[in-house]
Amino acid sequence: MATIGIELPHVGESVTEAVIGKWLKQPGESVEKFDALVEVVTDKVSMEFPAPHTGILKSIVAEEGETVPMGAVIAQMDVDDATAKAAEAASESEAEATAPNRVGTLIQGANVGPTGGTFRDTALEDQIAKRAPVAAVAPAPQQPSGERSYSPVVSRLAAVNGIDLSTVTGTGRNGRVTKQDVQTAIDAGPSTSSTSSTPVTQPGPVGEDLVIDPSPIRRMIASHMVRSVSEIPHAWSTVEVDMTGLVACRTAQRQTFRERHGVDLTFLAFTIYAVAGALRDNPLVNSTWEDGKIRLKGRVNLGLAVAAPDGLVVPVIQDADREGIAGLAKKIAPLVERARSGSLALADVQGGTFTLNNTGTLGSVLGGAIINHPQAAIVTTEAIVKRPVVLSGPQGDSIAIRSMMNICLSFDHRIIDGAEASAFMQAFKRNLEVWTSDSELN
Amino acid sequence: MPEMTVIEAVREAIREEMERDPAVFTLGEDIGARGGVFLATEGLLEQFGPERVLDTPLAEASIGGIALGAAVNGMRPIAEIEFGDFIWPAVNQIIGEAARVRYGTQGRRTAPMVLRVPYGGGVRGGLFHSQSIEVAFAHQPGLKVIAPSTPYDAKGLLKAAIRDDDPVIFFEHKRTYRLVKGDVPDGDYTIPIGQADVKRTGSDMTVVSYGLVLHYCLEAAATLADEGIDVEVIDLRTLRPLDTETILESVRKTSKAMVVHEDTKAGGIGGEIAAVIAEEAFEDLDAPIKRVAGPEVPAMPFSPLLEAEFMPSAEKIAAAMRELAAY
Repeated sequence: MATIGIELPHVGESVTEAVIGKWLKQPGESVEKFDALVEVVTDKVSMEFPAPHTGILKSIVAEEGETVPMGAVIAQMDVDDATAKAAEAASESEAEATAPNRVGTLIQGANVGPTGGTFRDTALEDQIAKRAPVAAVAPAPQQPSGERSYSPVVSRLAAVNGIDLSTVTGTGRNGRVTKQDVQTAIDAGPSTSSTSSTPVTQPGPVGEDLVIDPSPIRRMIASHMVRSVSEIPHAWSTVEVDMTGLVACRTAQRQTFRERHGVDLTFLAFTIYAVAGALRDNPLVNSTWEDGKIRLKGRVNLGLAVAAPDGLVVPVIQDADREGIAGLAKKIAPLVERARSGSLALADVQGGTFTLNNTGTLGSVLGGAIINHPQAAIVTTEAIVKRPVVLSGPQGDSIAIRSMMNICLSFDHRIIDGAEASAFMQAFKRNLEVWTSDSELN
Repeated sequence: MPEMTVIEAVREAIREEMERDPAVFTLGEDIGARGGVFLATEGLLEQFGPERVLDTPLAEASIGGIALGAAVNGMRPIAEIEFGDFIWPAVNQIIGEAARVRYGTQGRRTAPMVLRVPYGGGVRGGLFHSQSIEVAFAHQPGLKVIAPSTPYDAKGLLKAAIRDDDPVIFFEHKRTYRLVKGDVPDGDYTIPIGQADVKRTGSDMTVVSYGLVLHYCLEAAATLADEGIDVEVIDLRTLRPLDTETILESVRKTSKAMVVHEDTKAGGIGGEIAAVIAEEAFEDLDAPIKRVAGPEVPAMPFSPLLEAEFMPSAEKIAAAMRELAAY
């Protein structure tokens, strides 16, 4: 008897890992070759993996739900010695068959150096004649290579001409795509699988599409958004806030506030004050998912999404939870001004732990923002609109005209569940609804 | 157009320049009565007399020093270093002094001297009569370094070198002296220093070479043409200043580059050319740059068999070309 590892087999060239499903055999059970051993789920297929040998399932290495790379050992089996030896030999010959044999194709190594070898005492020409073919060529092996890499000129030509290289047949060594192959593809006309990648910078005739080369910042935003959406499982929550008291407070105190502090009393200052307080009380929302761990941020640095001429920028108010309304108002005004004029310094945009997007100024009443990776959540404050609202009072229900606003949270569901999200949103809502026309502004 | 060998072209260039300009004279070991060990100066003593054709002692440092002193004082010396292998005692005169005359005097003085230096192997010369030493001088700003491969280029470039106001090291490959024949126009002509020459046009790869092995490159290219591989062969002709424009223009067209020289590989001119291509034409490359060069041994071996192994041959070059074409 010998114990051997059972490896997860390679099921397809683009599949690199799989999730272990239900184990159909348990440790200690005897297993016949080809018995269904375990369910394996990949993004392409879901299948039952048959036992490669007859024996006894000794132990399970990869538990149900675990994601394992192809080729990893998922179980140990006890098998008889002959099977073990055969399995070992098979895996060795497989390794030999797939290892690239590039050394033999290099001419430098093939030649006998002038200080090496033994020369027989025969005619020089004979010796050279015999030797020449060795130096001539070892035929290049035509092995398919797993990953394709492209030379600089191939990459450039493909990019300029909108060629999807994955569709080009390579005729170079090991199936490499050569410059000539790309040229052939270009001459053959646009590739059918990439209809949108031809860059056009001049407007075409009326009725034709116009393809724009995005600016670097646009491209950066794009990749940032894709990264966030593909890495972070987003979930959403929306809460209604009654802003009537806050609106009254601002209206009543705007004049005196300006006289006292020299800056305008904006809704934004109230909002930041409210959200910073809610973040301080709900640290999970002010965190980041980091290599399978959750890092709760020690500071509340609030990013503010601002529409700038070149695209979205997010200046950061450091330690927003340590400022009062006046302090925040004084910090916001110059920062937003720098953002709009495109004169932000690097320090202005660094260290954000959470992002606030005041989409209400654009007339939006509901949003589902994309989280500013790698933060845990983003909140939007929507437009304040007057709406008829049912109010409950000591005298029963009544209908009143109130200034209402939606706040919408997008959160990383790896870190936060609905309960934590709601707790944060309720705190945010409370912090916005406490104001009355005679509240004291700190 | 008369056909002549490289050695005849060299001799004609010296003779015509000495006839044209009385400031031109020649000096070196055995160049007068003997006519030079390769007979490059045969007949010049008879024609111009011992005042313009000077036999010197076996002392390279003094040959370099005399040439330099004459040059800065208005003469145009052509000094022969009998074998390149023996140039080292004169390095101080050449690199330490001559290369710095124009720069050190802020252009008030120049050193219009030519050092003719037979170099290279494949002539059963062994450890002391076979070396490729050109790169030591090609590295040195203030010098111009020429290494022709054909009679036509040898004559036109030697005349240009003699007329040039700066020190020129003129490398003549010994094996080409009587091996390579070619047409040379009647009458006076010069070839500009610093211009490479496309000796064969092609579209599949660029092969850059000079000297003897350039001919092997052309042989290999002819062989590969029969196999459907179209090789462009560039003859550098001048090693300093390098004609990077011609090289880059060709590489941008072919996207594959190879450098061939008899000199050893590490630190050879091939590395400089590869670097220029990588710096300036990276986005046009479709393959790693290839170098075919002599092996890393201290000198050309004496054994005929080992010498043959040392030298790049048409077969070795063709094999490398096939590799590059197949990449």
